[in-house]
Amino acid sequence: MNPEILNNSLNPTIRVESRRGFLGKIFSAGALVLGAQVIPIGKLDAAAAADTVDQAAWHPSVYLGLEPDGTVIIVAHRSEMGTGIRTALPMVAAEEMDADWKKVKIQQAIGDKKYGDQNTDGSNSIRSFYTPLREAGATARMMLESAAASKWGVPVAECHAKMHEVVHEPSNRKISFGDLATLAAQQPVPKKEDLKFKPVAEYRYIGKNVPITDLDDIVAGHTTYGMDAKMPGMVYASIERSPVIGGTLKSCDDSEAKKVAGVIQTAIIPPFKGPYMFQPLGGVAVIANNTWAAVQGRKKLKPEWDLGVNATYSSAEYKKTLQETAKKPGTPDRVAGNVDAEFAKGGKTHEAEYWVPHLAHAEMEPPSAVAEYKDGKVVTWAATQNPQAVQTTVAAAVGCKPEDVTCYVTLLGGGFGRKSKPDYVAEAALLSKQLGKPVKVAWSREDDLQFDYFHFPAAMYLKAALDEKGRPTAWLGRSVYPAMLSLNQMRPGGLASMGWNDVQFDIPNIRIETGPAEAHVRIGWLRSVANIPHAFGVHSFVDELAALANRDRVDYLLEILGPDRIVEVTAPGRGGAGAGRGGAAGAAGGARAPARPNLYPIDTARTRRVLQAVADQSGWAKRKSGNGHGWGIAVHRSFLSYIATVVEVEVDSKGNIRIPRVDMVADAGLIVHPDRVKAQFEGAAVFGTGLTLSGEITADSGRIVQTNFDRYPVSRIDDAPIETHVSIIGTDNPPAGVGEPGVPPIAPAICNAIFAATGKRIRELPIKKQLA
Amino acid sequence: MIQLKVNGTNRQFDGDPDMPLLWYLRDLIDLTGTKFGCGRGLCGACTVHMNGAAVRSCQTTLQAAAGKSVTTIEGLSAKANHPVQVAWKELNVPQCGYCQSGQIMQAAALLKTKPKPTDKDIDDAMRGNICRCGTYQRIRAAVHLAASGKAGRGGTKAGSKAVAGLSPTVERGAETEVEA
Repeated sequence: MNPEILNNSLNPTIRVESRRGFLGKIFSAGALVLGAQVIPIGKLDAAAAADTVDQAAWHPSVYLGLEPDGTVIIVAHRSEMGTGIRTALPMVAAEEMDADWKKVKIQQAIGDKKYGDQNTDGSNSIRSFYTPLREAGATARMMLESAAASKWGVPVAECHAKMHEVVHEPSNRKISFGDLATLAAQQPVPKKEDLKFKPVAEYRYIGKNVPITDLDDIVAGHTTYGMDAKMPGMVYASIERSPVIGGTLKSCDDSEAKKVAGVIQTAIIPPFKGPYMFQPLGGVAVIANNTWAAVQGRKKLKPEWDLGVNATYSSAEYKKTLQETAKKPGTPDRVAGNVDAEFAKGGKTHEAEYWVPHLAHAEMEPPSAVAEYKDGKVVTWAATQNPQAVQTTVAAAVGCKPEDVTCYVTLLGGGFGRKSKPDYVAEAALLSKQLGKPVKVAWSREDDLQFDYFHFPAAMYLKAALDEKGRPTAWLGRSVYPAMLSLNQMRPGGLASMGWNDVQFDIPNIRIETGPAEAHVRIGWLRSVANIPHAFGVHSFVDELAALANRDRVDYLLEILGPDRIVEVTAPGRGGAGAGRGGAAGAAGGARAPARPNLYPIDTARTRRVLQAVADQSGWAKRKSGNGHGWGIAVHRSFLSYIATVVEVEVDSKGNIRIPRVDMVADAGLIVHPDRVKAQFEGAAVFGTGLTLSGEITADSGRIVQTNFDRYPVSRIDDAPIETHVSIIGTDNPPAGVGEPGVPPIAPAICNAIFAATGKRIRELPIKKQLA
Repeated sequence: MIQLKVNGTNRQFDGDPDMPLLWYLRDLIDLTGTKFGCGRGLCGACTVHMNGAAVRSCQTTLQAAAGKSVTTIEGLSAKANHPVQVAWKELNVPQCGYCQSGQIMQAAALLKTKPKPTDKDIDDAMRGNICRCGTYQRIRAAVHLAASGKAGRGGTKAGSKAVAGLSPTVERGAETEVEA
C-alpha cells in the first residue's frame, strides 16, 4: 500500500475552525478543531477545466476535534448503510493522528454543504475522502507535537505522537493529547506541503479489521434507523398513492377511514409538478397515533384516480419495443475502425440479444423519515444517503430555504441507491406543515415495491466478426434503455461508460451505440447501475464467442484482452470518456483535459492480473464442466475497480440451481478496512445471485405486479452462494469503488457456468424457470 | 384488557386486539429493536420469542400474545452476551444491521431446539430471514460458532481479533431531540 499515490489528487487546505453553529454543539471551548477543505475527486475535472479554483466556494468536508479530556471526535459525514464507512473513514484520521481508537467518538454529520459531497453512492467515499481525513489527522498530530515542543522548550523534531500522547524520548517525558488540546489549537497550522505522514509500517488501524462502529448496538437492538426515529408529539402517516405513475386524485371518501380507532385525520399531498425528480408522488395520507391504525385506516379509503397516460403501460409490450429499437442503428458512444466494412467482408459472424428487466431496490428498511415543520423551518431524522438532497427537496416542498432544513442522518437499513432520493422525507415534511406536528412516514413493503425508482430494463444487441481462430475482429454493441429520472419522453439512456463503451478487448473495429426509450415508471439507479445489464451482455457474449471457438475461457479472455495497455475510449464529436463516477472516469483526452495525471485509466494489465488470480484461486485449470456441474467466469471493471469472478453451479434435472462456491479477486486499489471490503464482495455475490435467479419487476395496465417478497423473491440463505472467497490485490493503486463493483460479474458468471454445466445459454434475466 | 409479559415486565394493553405485536412493541412501548420488513411474515425482520419459540411479530396479534411471555432482541441477554450475539460480533456478521435482530432471535431459538445444528438445519431454520446485504455465509458460520461454545474465545481468524477490544463511543448528533 502506498498512500502517497493520492498526494497530487487533491488540494486541500486545513485551518482551525471557529466554534460556531453545529460545531458548537459538539465541541467544548478549548477544543482543537480542524476543518479540512477539499474538492472531492469527482469534481476535479470540472475544477481543472475551469483552470482556476475559487477558494471561496470550497467546502470543508470533514471535521476532526480534540477535547481537553482527550476525546477525539471525528465527524462521519457519509451515510452508513452497511459498507462500514462510519468506521473506515474515521480510522484514517485516527491513524494519522496516532489516536487511541478507544478515545475516539464518532459523530454523524447533519446535511450541510460545508462537508462537501455527502451523497453516499457511486462507491465513492474512500476514493474522495481518504486524503482529506489523512491530512486532517496528520495536521492534528503535527500541531500536538508542536504544542509539546513549545511546552517543554525542546526541538519539535524530538517530539513524537504515540498512542494519544506526545513523547520526548531524550528526556523520557510524556504528555497526553488532552492536556495539549488548548495549546495545540494555538499552534500555526502546517502547510499541506509540510505535512508528514506515518510510515505504513507503523499503521495501527488501516489495513486491520477494527470492529464496526455500531456493532455492539446492532446485536443488542439499540440502533436507530429511520424507521425507529421518533420526535415528541409525532403522529404516524400511511399514504395511499396513485397506482399508476402520474395519476391524480379525483376524489376520496375518507369517512370509513376516520372511524378506525386511532385514526386522527386524513390529509392530501399534491401530485408532483414537472419532472418528478425527488418530489413526493402525491396521494392521501391517513394520520393516526400508531402505524397499525394508520395502515388500517388507509385500507378504508375510497379514492378515485385519474390514472393518466401511463395506465396502458405493459412491461411485456415495452420489452418488445426496446428489443426492436436495439436492432436499429443508435447513437455512437465509441467508434474505432469500421465495423460495417469488416462485417461486409462476408466472414464468420456471431450475434446475440440480451435482456435485463426492471429491478427493485428492496432494501430491508423501506423508506422512512420523521419530520417537524415549525416556524418556517424543518427538522428531520431520515434514513438517507443524501442529506443535502433532503435539504433542497424538503425546502422546495414546504417553501423554505435549504439551510432552514436540518437533516439528521440515522443508520440506514440498506440503501442501494433508493435512499439517495428523498421523496419520502418531503412527504413527512409536507404533512407536518399541514398538521402542525411532527409526522412519521414509513413506507410499507408494498409501497416500496410499487413506487420504487426502478432500475431500468435494457435490451442489448451484440454482433462480432470472427477471424479464422474465432477471435473478434469487429464488435458492434447496441444498448437500449430509458434515461435516469425520465418519464414519457423518448431519451437515450446515457451511461455508456458503465460497462458498455469501455470494453477492453483488443479489437480493431469497435462500434458502441445506445438507443432511445421512453419510461412509464420512475427510473432510478440501483447498486452497480448500468453495469448490471452491460456486464451481463458483454461477458455472456464473449463467453459465446469462446464457446464457438472451442477455447478455454481464461485462455481466450487473456488472448483477446491483448497486450497490457491503457484503453482510450473515443466517440465521434467528443473527447475521451465521460467522467461518470461509475464508468471510465477520467480517461485521458478531451478538449479541456485536466492538468493532473489521470489516476484511473482503463488499464488492461490490472484486468489480466485479477483474471489470472481468480483462475489460480478457483483451480480453474482443473475444473471439468458438464453433467449439470459447471464453472463460469467473468471479469469486469466498474467504479474504477477490477473484479474477476468464478462461479460454480449445480443444475439438477428439474432445473434447480445451486451455487456451492464463488471466487472473487478484487483490485479496488488502496484498502482501509479489509474485512468490510470482503464483506461488500460477499454481499455483492448474494445481491447479484438474487437478481440473476429471480429479480424482475413487471407492469400491467400501469400497475406494478410485484407487491412483496413472495412475488419479488430475493436471495435467501439456502439459494445464495454457499461460500464466497474473496481476495484483494492491487492495493498499491489509488482507492477505487468497493460497494458496487462486485455485483456486475455475478450474472454473466452464473449464466456462463450454467452453459458449461448444461449447454443452455441464458440470454434473458432473470433465469426463473428457464432451465425447467 | 390483554395481559402479557415483555422482556420480563408485565404489561397491559386495552387497544385493538388485532394489532400485531410488532407495532405494539415498536410504537407503544418503544422497543424498536424489532424491525418491520414486509408485514406479511415473509422476511423475518420482526422475529421475537413467544414462550421461547421464534414467531413473526407482524403476524402475531396482541390477542394471540395474551398471557404469553415475549422476548425481544433487547431482552435476549443482559449485556448483549448471548452466545449468538457474541458469535455475531466475533465474525462481524452485520453490514447494515437492520435484519440482524430478527436473524439473531431466529438463530437463538434454533439453538434451543437443536444445540448442534447441521448446515441444513441452519438453512431450514434461517431461510425465512432475508438479509439484503447478503451476510448469509457469516450467519451460517456464526450459528456454528455459537453452537460450539467457543464464541468469544477468539478462536476465529475473521472479525475483531486483529484489534481486539476496540470499540469507539458512538454519538449521533442531538440525540436528546429524539424520544428514545
